[in-house]
This record gives sequence, structure tokens and C-alpha cells, in this order.
Amino acid sequence: MYDVILPLKLFKTSRLTILAVAAVAVCVFVVIVVMTVMNGLVTDFIDMNHGFFSDCVISTDSLVGFGHYDEFENTLRSSDFVESVTPVINTFGLVKSNSSGKNAALSLMGIELESHEKTTDFAKSLYYRKDKPSLAFSPSYNPQLPGCVLGIDLLVERDQWGIYKQSPYLPRWSYGITCFPLTPKGTLVKTGTSVSANTGTFYYSDNSNSGLARVDSTYVYLPFEKLQSLAGMDIGPKRTSAIFIKFKKGADLNKSVEKTAALWKDFVARNSNSEISGLFKNVNVQDFRSYRRETIAPMEKEQTMMILLFLLVGVITVFIIFVIFYMIVGGKNRDIGILKSVGVSQLGIMRVFLRYAVLTGLVGAAIGIAAALVFLDNINGLENWLYVKFGFQMWNREIYAIGAIPDRPGVALPIEVAAAAVIACLLGALLPTIKAARQNCVDTLRVNQI
Amino acid sequence: MKQNNYILTCEQIYKSYQMGATRLEVLKGIDLNIAKGEFVAVKGASGSGKSTLMHILGALDKPDKGKVLFEGKNIAAFSGRKINEFRNKKIGFVFQFYHLLDELTVLQNVLLAPMVQMGAIGWLLHSAKAKKTAAQLLGELGLAERAEHRPYQLSGGERQRAAIARALINEPDVILADEPTGNLDSKTGNDILRVFEKLHNAGQTIVMVTHDDRIAEKASRIIRLADGKINPPVA
Repeated sequence: MYDVILPLKLFKTSRLTILAVAAVAVCVFVVIVVMTVMNGLVTDFIDMNHGFFSDCVISTDSLVGFGHYDEFENTLRSSDFVESVTPVINTFGLVKSNSSGKNAALSLMGIELESHEKTTDFAKSLYYRKDKPSLAFSPSYNPQLPGCVLGIDLLVERDQWGIYKQSPYLPRWSYGITCFPLTPKGTLVKTGTSVSANTGTFYYSDNSNSGLARVDSTYVYLPFEKLQSLAGMDIGPKRTSAIFIKFKKGADLNKSVEKTAALWKDFVARNSNSEISGLFKNVNVQDFRSYRRETIAPMEKEQTMMILLFLLVGVITVFIIFVIFYMIVGGKNRDIGILKSVGVSQLGIMRVFLRYAVLTGLVGAAIGIAAALVFLDNINGLENWLYVKFGFQMWNREIYAIGAIPDRPGVALPIEVAAAAVIACLLGALLPTIKAARQNCVDTLRVNQI
Repeated sequence: MKQNNYILTCEQIYKSYQMGATRLEVLKGIDLNIAKGEFVAVKGASGSGKSTLMHILGALDKPDKGKVLFEGKNIAAFSGRKINEFRNKKIGFVFQFYHLLDELTVLQNVLLAPMVQMGAIGWLLHSAKAKKTAAQLLGELGLAERAEHRPYQLSGGERQRAAIARALINEPDVILADEPTGNLDSKTGNDILRVFEKLHNAGQTIVMVTHDDRIAEKASRIIRLADGKINPPVA
């Protein structure tokens, strides 16, 4: 029982305990706050990519695209693991605002609203047609006009809080969109000796806030068939740039991608005699992470780096606890001698100090977690207050696509960090504890006499 | 006196310490027999090896050479666990500077040895008897009102009486007292001495280190340590 009472008493009476608890609490606080914010940003980014590109993407980097996509879509729709599929055209074009006269080279994305809405989170990203996404390309003031959806950052500004200043009424803006059509062989369509260009007028019908900064600032969405025609992808067998696939709920992503790849391989073999079979060469079947690896991978790498950096924080915690326990044990030499004189074993001495370390870790972790939760709960309010009072903003909302700083650590993170804190305390206390247990008690009881 | 009546026996005990570059020979072949119920005073000047001998007798320290027998058994042959048991049940230590744990109350200090003996579960199930004995001891030593106080709230004499209660709680065979009155004024020292006399009269074996003749005279036998040897040698 001494090994239960003594750790508690040591914990309550030793002033050094306050230092040890504070060290653990600060480390736990920092780790939880930073991990919550950074993990939240990474997770949100991956989720937004997932929502935008669905589970799996069959795509080509070539602007020519690939053909027979509708046949393969039917194959996919009849398979048991696919929920929905949608063809997508990715190309570039010149977009001219008819009201301001400004020109810009932008990414154009051709989508079939009905299937795209089922396959991706596109509907959620709309503003005016959120409740009727099937009418996204129909301007509300005249649904008969050909509409286009613009990435939100192309025309809607944000205030300092990151809130878009949306107009309550759809403005009557129109855009002239020009594409340079390509033949299935990849050559520009020519009229005589000049390069032919296809131009169409589209009316602003909605804007899309996908949360992906680059997409929202460079993409213009057009009806699939219209863009197919503008880009010349209806010359010869009709072509597309990609097929987005959403798998059935509960389906294993990797296995489903493998099945899709196998189906694609069979499909390519079946169509090897097609006049445009050469376009299949550049087609890849990938999950959304691989498809977006250029943007997701660096963030994941940053996340890994951050975890490694926090391992260093863990090492620092171990070292701090080591130093503090070394001091505590050093001050308890006499007590160790007393305990040995009443028959406490080396293991018993170790139990006293290790339980003291566990207690320090638990209380430090509890304080750190509580402080982190309170801080995170107020992190956005605090940032707003800093902005109002001092003009400081962690992430300028006019630049970064962050609505709010992630402030929910979940359940697992605090538990994991608390467990790590206790382990760090045990590791830090281990050497001083072993030293204490092996200490010759006579020296401490002798009081300078022989 | 026959050997089997001796509770503690030292045979040719040698002990030395390294002090910087020189080796200090503290005990140079001590032979000593202590019978059950004896009150032995170990006298000697400062640095004569009294405390070292005491620690060796109580298995807190090991001799460089020689044997210590407890009831005829060589304690050097005891396992680690047996040594701890020996210190816990057979020996009661009383130190000059009391050596109470500041974090615990007087009662908890006294109960330390039974706590160690019983373990956590045993303590939860069977602590009532030990608590009763501790309360009795504290009552007999005039500390009943001080049971819940912390050591720093006690006077020197009270602390030493608490230390004696701690030494007695497990009814040890031998009390080893290292200058128990050395840190007390003469009146308080006399009070403590009376406690030891009372214990001796009740049959308790006591070995007490002192350099005070007046205190040593209360013992049934005086052993003088000088230059690392018993002087004159014990027959």
C-alpha cells in the first residue's frame, strides 16, 4: 500500500511535480492543437478532392481524349460494385467577359449534370441552384439560354472572415468561350491555312465552391455535349477526357479500383481494332488520391514531417521528465534509505517512482487536453479577435480557401497523445528510478558518521 | 553463553571505505555476540565505526569480509527477498535524525513496515490489526494526539518516539538504535532512554550506538569500539 500512498503524497507535496506536470501539459497542449489544425486541413483537403473527383478516375492527360467511353460506362453501370459513373471533359479555352471585355485562359470542364451530380459533390458546391442542381446550366432569369457555372473565386470576392459576398440575384453576365478543336489524331482543325476556333456564348448560371482553391479560381463548367463540340471531341467517334466513378457504399476502394482496371483492360482489348484505339495508350485507371497525387502527396508529406517533428517534442518531453525526475530522486535519497530500512525491495522503490511518473503524465495530459480543447473551441473566435484588434490573421481568407480553422480534435487524438505523454513520463523517469532503486541506502542514512 | 542463544553474531567483520585516494579501514575484525533480550550499548568516538557496525548488523550494508549470523544463519546467504523480509520483520531501526517520511502522517510512518509486509491487497483486507497496534503504540509513547500530524509539526522528542513506534510495529527481534538521543536535549533524551529501558525490561533485544557514557550505563553491556576493533575484545 505504501507504493500507492507514497506516489500520491509525493505528487501532492513535491514542488518539482508542478514543473513536471506543466512540462507534460504544455507538450500535450501544443501537440493536440497543432495536430488538430494541420490534420483538419489535410483531411478537409482530401475530403474535398474526394468529393470533387469521386472514388476513381479513368483519364488521359492528352487533350484529344479517348473514345468509346459511353460503351465502357455501360459496362461499369452493369457491374455490381459501381454506384454511378459520369464522363468529364477537361480542356482549356479563352473566356471573354462580354460585360467587362476581359479575357482569360481558363480550364474548361464539361459535365453531364444528371450523372455528375450523382457521382460527385458538385451539387453541394453550387450557390443559386443548390436545391435544383439539374438546372445548374439554366440561368434563372431565362432557363432557355445556354448556361455556364464559374469557379467561385473567378468572380465572387470574400470578406476578411472568408465569407463570399454572393449577390442575392443572379447577375446577367455572359461569356464568349473559345476552344481550338483537335482531331482524333491530335492535330488542330484548320480551315484552309488558318487554325479553326470554335466560340460559343454562355450565360452565367451559377458558381461552384468546391473548396479546392486552384479549381475554384480557374475552372469554368459547361454542358458536356457543348464543350465536346467546342473542343472538337465530337469529330469522328465521340471522345471524353475522363470518367469519374463512384463505388457502392462499403466497397473496398483499392479492390474496386483493381476491378475497374481489369474491366478497362478487357474493354481496351475488345476495342483494339477501333480506328482510335491508339488513344487508349495514355489512359490511366486510378483512385482519386493517385489522380490528385500532385496536390495531395505534398500535404501528406507535410503531415508526415509534422508527425516526425512531434516525435521530437516527445523526445524533449522524455528529456524534461528525465531531468525533473533526476532532481526529484536526488532529493529523495534519504527517503529511499528509510524505505529500504523497513524492507522495501528495489522493485518496490521503482514502483513508487514509476507510479509517481504515471500520475504526473496522467495529470499533465489531462490538463494539456483540457487546455487544448478550450483553446480549440475558441480558436476561430480568438483569430477573429486578433484580426479585429491587431489586424493579424493566421490564414488570410482572401487568399486561402479556409472557411474556418479546424477545431475538432476527435476522440482518438487526445487519447493517443495522453498515452504517449504517460509513456514519455515512464521513459523519462526510468533511468532515475533505476538509479534510486540501486542506490546504497547506507550513505543516505549515515549523517556524516562512520 | 552458548552460540545458539545468540540472536546476532559477528565473526571477523572487516569494512573499509574509499575516501579519495586513501582507503579507510573502519572495522578490523569485529567479533561480537548479542544474546536475546540483551541491551547492548556500542560506544566509541566519532569515526570509530559504530554506525557502520550497526548497518552491517541490520543488513543495510555488507561487510568486506566476515559473517553476520542471525539466529545462527548467515545473512549474506539470504536472497534479496529474504534480506528485505529480514529488515522488515526481524529488525527495527531507530536513527539519530529520526528519518521519518515528511509526506506521510505520523500514523502512516508507523504503519510503513506492515504496509510493506502485506502488499496492497493484503493491506486492504487485513490492515485493521496493524492500525490498532499502531494506535496502541502511539498511545503508549504519548503520541495519540499526534497520529494525524506530519513529522515537521512534531518536536524532536516526539519525532524520535514516532520513529521508535515505527521500529516496534512489526514486533522485531532486535532494535538497532543509532544515537537515538544524539539530536535531543538532555530531558527529552532521558525520556527516550526510559522508553528503551522499558522495552528492554519487556524482553526486547536492543543494540544502541552512543558516545555518551551516561546513556551507555543504562545498557546491560557496553562494547567499546576503538580503532576499528572492540576494546577490550569480547570473550
